[in-house]
Amino acid sequence: MHKITEKERLNEEMTRIEVEAPLVADKIKPGQFIVIRMHEKGERVPLTFYKKDKEKGTVQMIFQKVGKSTTELDTYEEGDELLDVVGPMGTAADIEDYGTVVCIGGGVGTPEVFPVAKALRNAGNEVIVISGFRTEDLVVCESDFDKGCANEIYITTDDGTYGREGFTSDVLEELIADEDTSLDLVHAVGPPIMMKVIAEITEEHDIDTRVSLNSIMLDATGMCGSCRVEVGEQMKLACVDGPEFDAHKVNFEELMQRITMFEEQEEEAMERWEEENGGCCR
Amino acid sequence: MSPEEERVPVPERGPEERKDDFDEVPLGYTPEQAMEEAERCLQCAKSPCIGGCPVEIEIPNFVEAVAEGNFQEALEIMKEFNVIPAITGRVCPQEEQCEEVCVMGNVGDPINIGKLERFIADYARENDLEEAPEIEEEKDLSVAIVGTGPSGITCAALLGQNGYQVTMYEALHEPGGVLKYGIPEFRLPNEVIDHELEYLDELDVDIKLNRIVGQNIELEELEEDFDAIYVATGAGSPRFLGLEGEDLKGVFSANEFLTRINLMKAYKFPEYDTPITDMEKVGVIGAGNVAMDSARCALRMGADSHILYRRTTEWSPARDEEIEHAKEEGVTFDTLCNPKRIIGDEDGWVDGIELFECTLEEPDDSGRPSPKILEDTEHKRDFDTVVIAIGQEPNKVFYENAKGVDVKDWGGIIIDDETRMTTKEGVFAGGDAVSGAATVIWAMGDGRTAAQNIMEYLED
Ligand SMILES: Cc1cc2nc3c(=O)[nH]c(=O)nc-3n(C[C@H](O)[C@H](O)[C@H](O)COP(=O)(O)OP(=O)(O)OC[C@H]3O[C@@H](n4cnc5c(N)ncnc54)[C@H](O)[C@@H]3O)c2cc1C
Ligand SMILES: Cc1cc2nc3c(=O)[nH]c(=O)nc-3n(C[C@H](O)[C@H](O)[C@H](O)COP(=O)(O)OP(=O)(O)OC[C@H]3O[C@@H](n4cnc5c(N)ncnc54)[C@H](O)[C@@H]3O)c2cc1C
Ligand code: SF4
Ligand code: SF4
Ligand code: FES
Repeated sequence: MHKITEKERLNEEMTRIEVEAPLVADKIKPGQFIVIRMHEKGERVPLTFYKKDKEKGTVQMIFQKVGKSTTELDTYEEGDELLDVVGPMGTAADIEDYGTVVCIGGGVGTPEVFPVAKALRNAGNEVIVISGFRTEDLVVCESDFDKGCANEIYITTDDGTYGREGFTSDVLEELIADEDTSLDLVHAVGPPIMMKVIAEITEEHDIDTRVSLNSIMLDATGMCGSCRVEVGEQMKLACVDGPEFDAHKVNFEELMQRITMFEEQEEEAMERWEEENGGCCR
Repeated sequence: MSPEEERVPVPERGPEERKDDFDEVPLGYTPEQAMEEAERCLQCAKSPCIGGCPVEIEIPNFVEAVAEGNFQEALEIMKEFNVIPAITGRVCPQEEQCEEVCVMGNVGDPINIGKLERFIADYARENDLEEAPEIEEEKDLSVAIVGTGPSGITCAALLGQNGYQVTMYEALHEPGGVLKYGIPEFRLPNEVIDHELEYLDELDVDIKLNRIVGQNIELEELEEDFDAIYVATGAGSPRFLGLEGEDLKGVFSANEFLTRINLMKAYKFPEYDTPITDMEKVGVIGAGNVAMDSARCALRMGADSHILYRRTTEWSPARDEEIEHAKEEGVTFDTLCNPKRIIGDEDGWVDGIELFECTLEEPDDSGRPSPKILEDTEHKRDFDTVVIAIGQEPNKVFYENAKGVDVKDWGGIIIDDETRMTTKEGVFAGGDAVSGAATVIWAMGDGRTAAQNIMEYLED
C-alpha cells in the first residue's frame, strides 16, 4: 500500500498528489512514468512522474480528470492509500548538452515536461519552455519553470486569457523564424494533435524532435501489445520501447485513432460512477 | 467395449449452462468415481505411463493408492514429483503424454490419469489433507527467482522445502504467470492457483510483486543480494502477423484479449475498471490452446466466435479436450484459410478479414501437412473483432538488460544442458523463457531440475 502524503487541487481539472513509493523515488528519471492501481477492482493507470523526493521516499504526479479512474483518484485524500504504485516504467529521456532545447508542454503535458526541462538545463542546455493551456484557470507549473529551470518561458492560452493567445506551435514558429536563435532539439509532451503539429513544423526545419506518446496501456510491461505504435514503419511498444520516440517517425494518425478504442466503455464507466456518486465531482 | 475398457465419465457442466459464465467446465470425479476409474489400471510391470510424463510421476503407485482409497498416500506420492497437481491435472496435454502411452489404451480408453491427478489435489484441498510442509534445516543460502509462473513456483517450492531462503520477483500485480493472466477461470479457477501459492507461503517464500527485473530492479542488484538466481520469465511477448490493418481498433493480441478479460476481469466491467470492447463477431487467428481460450472467452462475452486456421482441426496444436469443449459451446471452426489483411471501416474499426483459401500438402518440419495458399481465392468475411493468437516470444525487458546473459536470435535464453546455468555464473534459467512457448508441465519440470542444479551449485 502506498500512502498519499499530499494532495492539492491545482484547478478544476488538475490535481497534484504525492505518494509514498521509496523504490520508485530511488530510481525514477525524467521521461519515465509510473503505473498506479487504486484498489482491487481498479485498472492500471499510467501517469508520468513530476517530482520526487528520495529522502522522503515519495513521488509526485499531476493528473487531469478525464474519465472514471482519474475522477475517482481525485476523491482520494491525504492519508488514503493506493494499492499499487509501480515504476519506474519506460525509458528515460536522453539528457545531454545539445545546445538550445525547446521543451513544449500541452495541458497536463506541462508537468510531464518539467523534470526533463530541469535535467536538460542542469546538463548545460539553454532551455526554452513553451507551455499551452485552454484558458487562464488551467495554467499550472509556471513557478516551477521560473526557479532556474528555464532560460525563457512562454505561456499560451487558446482564448488569450493569460500569456499569449494561441497555441504552443505558434510560439515555436516564431522562435524558428527568429534568426538570432538556432534550435538544436525540441521535446514535446501533450495531446497527440499538438505533438503532430509540432513534428510537422520541426521536420520542415530539420530540428530533432522527441515526443512522449500516450497510447493506451494495459500492463505496461511489454506483455500485451495494447500500446503498440508505428514508429519508422516498425511496430514499437510505447510502454517499454518508449514512451519517448523520434517525432518525425511517429505515425500520429494511427495513434490518434487507437486512443479512441474504448470511448464507449469509458463513457459507460463515467456515467455509472456519476450515478453511484451522486453526479458530484465534475 | 466392456465397462472396464471404458473410462468412468467425468461430470461436466453442459454447454448451454456454461457458455455464458466463467465458472469451471469439468466438475471432477467424486471419491467413488475416482476409485472406480483407478481400479481399471493394470499396474503394468513396465509402466510406460511414467515415461510419458515429463516429470516421471510414479503413476501406477499413485493410481493404486487412489483405487484403495488411500488418498493421503496418493497425495504424498504425487507431491514428491509434482507440487502443483491441481494445475497440471487440469491443463496438461495428457492425451499426448502419460495417457498416450498407457497400455489400457490398446484395448480401450487409457486411464484418465489427468482427472485422477486433479481429483487427488482437489480432494486434499477441500478436506484439508495437506499437512504443513516439512522444511529441512534452514540454510543460510538465498535464491532469487524471477517470474512466478509454474516454472518459478516449482523451483521455489523445492528450494523452500530444502531450507533455502527464497524470494520471488514478479512483474505483474498478481503471481501465477500465464496460469493467472492467460488461462481463463473456466479452465483453471484462480482459487486453485491461489491455494498452490499458499503452499509457497507456508515454506516462507517471499513474493515481491510489481518488480520487473531489468526495468525497476536490475539483475546486478539481485546478484549482490542472492547466492543464486533462477530466471523463469516465460514467453509473454505477443507476436503479430505484420498484416495490413493490424493497427485497427478491434484488433487484439491474444495476450491483451486474455489479460483484459482474465487478470483484469473485464468480463465484469464496469464493476471492474478495465474495459474490453463490445463484440458481436470475433475472428481468432490461430488454433493452439491460446486461440481456444480466446475463442471461448469471446463466446462468453456474448460474441459469435470463430477460429480461423490454415490447416484442418485434426492438426490443431490445442488439446483435444479444449477443441471438444470449444465446439460443444458453439465456437465455429473456419479451417483451410489464411488471412491476407484486416479490413477497416472509415472510423478505423475492424470490419472484416480478407482470407485466402488453403489446401494441405506434404508434411513440413513439424510433421504436419503444410498449408498452401490458393491464388485468387481472396474473399472477405465480416468480423468486428480480431484476436491474433499465433504465439508468444520471450519478453525482452529481462534479457536486453541482463548483461552477460546470452540469448538466441529469437530471444530464448541460452543455458548449459547439464548445469542449467546461463552464460552468467550463478544465474540459471528455465521454462518458456528458455524453450519458447511450451507447456505447464515442461516449465515445471525445468523448475524442478533447476532447483536440483542450484542446490548442487550452492553446496560446492
Ligand atoms: C506514458 C503515459 C503517461 C501519462 N501521464 C499522464 C500524466 O502525467 N497525467 C495525466 O493526467 N495523464 C497521463 N496519462 C494519461 C492517463 O493515463 C489517462 O488519462 C488515464 O488512464 C485515463 O483514465 P480514466 O479512466 O480517467 O479515463 P477514461 O475515460 O478511461 O479515458 C479517457 C482518455 O484517456 C486515455 N486513456 C484511457 N485509458 C488509458 C490507459 N489505460 N492508458 C493510457 N491512456 C488511457 C484515452 O485517450 C481515453 O480516451 C499518461 C498516459 C501514458 C500512456
Ligand atoms: C492462453 C494460454 C493457454 C495455455 N494453455 C496451456 C495448456 O492448456 N496446457 C499447458 O500445458 N500449457 C498451456 N499454455 C502454456 C503454459 O501456460 C506455459 O508454457 C507456462 O505457463 C510457462 O511457464 P513459465 O513459468 O515458464 O512462464 P510464465 O507462466 O509465462 O510465467 C512467467 C512470469 O514471469 C513474469 N515476468 C516476465 N518478465 C519478468 C521480469 N523481467 N521481471 C519479473 N517478472 C517477469 C511474468 O509476468 C510471468 O508472471 C498456455 C499458454 C497460454 C498463454
Ligand atoms: S503431470 Fe501431466 S503428464 Fe505427468 S502424469 Fe500428470 S497429467 Fe500426466
Ligand atoms: S500404463 Fe496405464 S494401465 Fe499401465 S500402469 Fe500406467 S496407467 Fe496403469
Ligand atoms: S501496455 Fe501492454 S505491451 Fe505496452
